[in-house]
Amino acid sequence: MSEVKVDYTKKEFPPILSKVGLILTLVGLVLVVLAYSVDHTRSAFNNLILLMFLTSIGLGSLFLVALEYVMGNVWSVPFRRIVEFLGAVLLILPLVFIPIYFNLHDLFHWTHQEAVEADKILKGKAPYLNEQFFIIRAVVFFGLWILFYLFIQRNSQKQDETVDQKLTTRNIRISAFFMPIFALSLTFAAIDWMMSLEPHWFSTIFGVYYFSGTVLTALAAATFLIIYLNEKGYLLKNLVSDHYYSLGALMFAFTNFWAYIAFSQFLLIWYANMPEETFFFINRMEGNWVYVSIALIFVRFAIPYFALLSQPSKMDPKRLKFVSLWILFAHMVDLYWLIMPTFSKDSFVFGWIELAFPILAYGILILVFSIKAKNKNLVPIGDPKLIRGINFRL
Amino acid sequence: MSDKTLYSYTGLFDTPDEIIKAANQVAKDGYKKFDVHTPYPVHGMDKAMKLGSSPLGYVALVLGLGGALLALGIIYFMVVVDYPVIIGGKPYFAFPAFVPILFEVTVLLASVGTVAAMLFFLFKFPNNAHPLHDTDYLKATSCDKYGISIQAEDAKFDEAGISGYFESLGAKSITPIYLDNEEINTKHKVLEPKFIGFLVVVFIIVSGATYISLNKLMIIPPFSWMMEQEKVVPQESFSVFKNERGMQQPVQGTVARGLIPYAFKGKPEEAGKFLVNPLVPTKDILAEGKNKFEVFCSPCHGNLGEGDSRLRGHFPNPPSLHSEKVRQWTDGRIYHVITDGQNVMPGYTSQMTREERWATVLYIRALQRSQNAKESDLL
Repeated sequence: MSEVKVDYTKKEFPPILSKVGLILTLVGLVLVVLAYSVDHTRSAFNNLILLMFLTSIGLGSLFLVALEYVMGNVWSVPFRRIVEFLGAVLLILPLVFIPIYFNLHDLFHWTHQEAVEADKILKGKAPYLNEQFFIIRAVVFFGLWILFYLFIQRNSQKQDETVDQKLTTRNIRISAFFMPIFALSLTFAAIDWMMSLEPHWFSTIFGVYYFSGTVLTALAAATFLIIYLNEKGYLLKNLVSDHYYSLGALMFAFTNFWAYIAFSQFLLIWYANMPEETFFFINRMEGNWVYVSIALIFVRFAIPYFALLSQPSKMDPKRLKFVSLWILFAHMVDLYWLIMPTFSKDSFVFGWIELAFPILAYGILILVFSIKAKNKNLVPIGDPKLIRGINFRL
Repeated sequence: MSDKTLYSYTGLFDTPDEIIKAANQVAKDGYKKFDVHTPYPVHGMDKAMKLGSSPLGYVALVLGLGGALLALGIIYFMVVVDYPVIIGGKPYFAFPAFVPILFEVTVLLASVGTVAAMLFFLFKFPNNAHPLHDTDYLKATSCDKYGISIQAEDAKFDEAGISGYFESLGAKSITPIYLDNEEINTKHKVLEPKFIGFLVVVFIIVSGATYISLNKLMIIPPFSWMMEQEKVVPQESFSVFKNERGMQQPVQGTVARGLIPYAFKGKPEEAGKFLVNPLVPTKDILAEGKNKFEVFCSPCHGNLGEGDSRLRGHFPNPPSLHSEKVRQWTDGRIYHVITDGQNVMPGYTSQMTREERWATVLYIRALQRSQNAKESDLL
């Protein structure tokens, strides 16, 4: 364990990066506006997928940063800044939510007053599932997330100049406060925005299901960026396969965790065989939705699982980059599988509208990242744990 | 020193940084058979020692897959081939229900097998006399020192120069470790024929004594076991009676106490003619009859006696008690059906006493009257 000096010099990104982000965002926006003018119901459902996807990346990144502070992680310090920048997606979320607000009636059955009147179950759920409270909750979630994001990242970036250890202590405290709030807000967001699409259906594990995908997706996005930027020489030169291995092992673990949660949800509903629960899976196992359901097992679990099973594969940067991109795709598929059957029950639909929103998603990600990373250090050079993080070996 | 063979040379270091550097140097200098001992796992040691990847992963993979297949095979044989039972309306081969068990067996076999493989193949178990055992070197490394031990078997090992080599690494307290010839050459007394013979004799005596005391001695009174006493055991012959049956016929020409024999067995018409209801329809009697009707009759005939129970369509349909025929019957005739049975309906003598049967008849009468009320009943 030789002493390593932090020899970090800020390298500007080539302007092409933000240009690509801008072009993708603009193309995506134009396509989305077109989509809304053609079929606004279908677009609203796709918009929901977009919202959940970006929430996953933004909130999941914030969670990973907070986790590092709370647990005192050392290995992830050298590239924490990348994850922080990804958390900036949280700032965009309210904008993504606006079109959903204007299409609530297309998305959510329970927003129809007459449907609630005629339905005893919906009437019982009305104190929670009503438009006013729904909007209040959404505003509270966005407010809390953005607030915590701003606090944590401000302290972290201030430390680059002041090298003040107190800032780490302060962030640990903020992160500890954030953890229960994260758990509750993520669960209720998943219930509000996805589970209430089928207001008669309920699954107590649903929040955990979305959580597993959220952390996995944030990890995948961060892993791809870290490896890519490290290979291009934007980060420290001392990152080694041990750091990669930790990222790969976490992705592997959360792939397993997702499968565990998804199967638990399926097994309980399948075994109990209660009609008020089973229709969720019946909708997804009838017509050609069954192909999507079966594909999901492979896309989301089997392929990443076997791609990351062996020890060398968790250290191989090429493999990790492929798997992390694959997981980003898999999360889209998962959200599609969760949300779209409510829109078209009989058979799945796929067209240019379904492509427009992912283009916008990746555009926003690249744009936000390049804007955020401009004029800022990509490595938290003032962090007291940085040297230990660089020296991290398995 | 002539009775001792050199096993290895050891050197101690003070910090994890030093040990990593030293291990790196030893590996770089071409030593293969050396080991590092530290009080806790030191990160980066694998790489410093230039260790290859462990074969245990493959053991775990093979055993895990083997466990999954084994569990699947066992479950498949049990619930599909050997003893298929429909559980919860699921198919025999209900794969999702097996997954938790497959998972458990996979993990069980992989983990237990990996530990066993590690102990027996990699650590060469049983090996309870390792030369490093109980040396000051190992005591130091399990406390606060970090040590390297280079074995004499190594091709590059040179007994004259090894001490200097350790010094060049910066090691303190360099000590040789010797194999104890006495210990190597000791034959275990456990394997001597005398001892084994002794074990066999003890085994025979103990097991014989146990057998005799449990199977012979304990039968003799007053030790005789409760299990062995003379009593009626279902499905077993009973030696007290000549015909070896536990259940005996009553002695001919006698009647059990309190039993009033039924004289009209198989004679419904005569029963209807001669039997008279001994009870009067009071409130209590009707309540009793209602209770018995709802327990014994309604499962087939329905709560109102209309024959509309849930058995309808699954079974020969139970008849209505409100048909013209049944309403014309006397109390004795209905009593006969309850007592003796009719068609697929069994007799209920063992479930209901005489009085209860008559009370039920009165309740059926009340039901009939309620379903076919005359105008005069309304007054």
